[in-house]
Amino acid sequence: MWIIKKEEIKMGRTALIKLRPRRYKKGDLVRVDSVIMHPMHTGLVKDKKTGKIIPAHYINKVEVYYGGELVTSIDVNASVSANPFFSFYIKADKKAPLKIVWKDNKGEVTEKTVKIKPH
Amino acid sequence: MNRRNFLKMTAVAGAVVAVSPAVPLGLEAKAQPKKRSFEEALKEITKGKKPVESQKVKLIAPSIAENGAVVPVKVEVVEPIENVKAIHIMADKNFDPWTCSVHLTPQNGKPYFSTRIRLAKTMNVYAIAELKDGSFIMAKKPVKVTIGGCG
Repeated sequence: MWIIKKEEIKMGRTALIKLRPRRYKKGDLVRVDSVIMHPMHTGLVKDKKTGKIIPAHYINKVEVYYGGELVTSIDVNASVSANPFFSFYIKADKKAPLKIVWKDNKGEVTEKTVKIKPH
Repeated sequence: MNRRNFLKMTAVAGAVVAVSPAVPLGLEAKAQPKKRSFEEALKEITKGKKPVESQKVKLIAPSIAENGAVVPVKVEVVEPIENVKAIHIMADKNFDPWTCSVHLTPQNGKPYFSTRIRLAKTMNVYAIAELKDGSFIMAKKPVKVTIGGCG
């Protein structure tokens, strides 16, 4: 169901955004499902081979922009599962890009944009 | 007397030796997550206010989770979106009980949030909704975990 393009694999982490339902009218509520590939190390787990603790590496901030405007922001802790999945609603009342920005505690930033165009 | 002094000296020296390696470790630990109690974490979110348990918050989570590493959690608040400022998800016996906070705006259209969280053992999951007037309403659900997920 998730289609990954080759160009996206080159650009850092893979992130996917899915809109449900696929066809919607102006003013409809659209569910946005997002997934990013990230290990989400809590900093508590030991590496089985070396016996050392794997340092904490997790996403701590997710920002959602709809037409340049900050719509939703999510503060995340390490206790969210690996490959974090976030789902929320958006009111599709204009034709504008929806951008999701994932930031992790090591300063890595991943961006992904989808177009919202009500039929 | 001599022996007593000697014992005191060695005790002090021992304490110094024990403390000195702990200092750099403590500095390093800042990058690592801190262990907190549920009350502490709740206080930081609600700023001392007590959340009221309410039917308006609908928390959907499995009652038995086989794998604690992936527990799907869904929160819906039966309130107009203008009234809901944020949704917080907490798990009371995790290393750090605070899991995530979602800040919503009227553009969202519906106070809904869904994610997947990790649970270390069997515990209660809390969904706390922050309303516009500054009050907090919450729902809790016990989740039984067969295999823990936090390592």
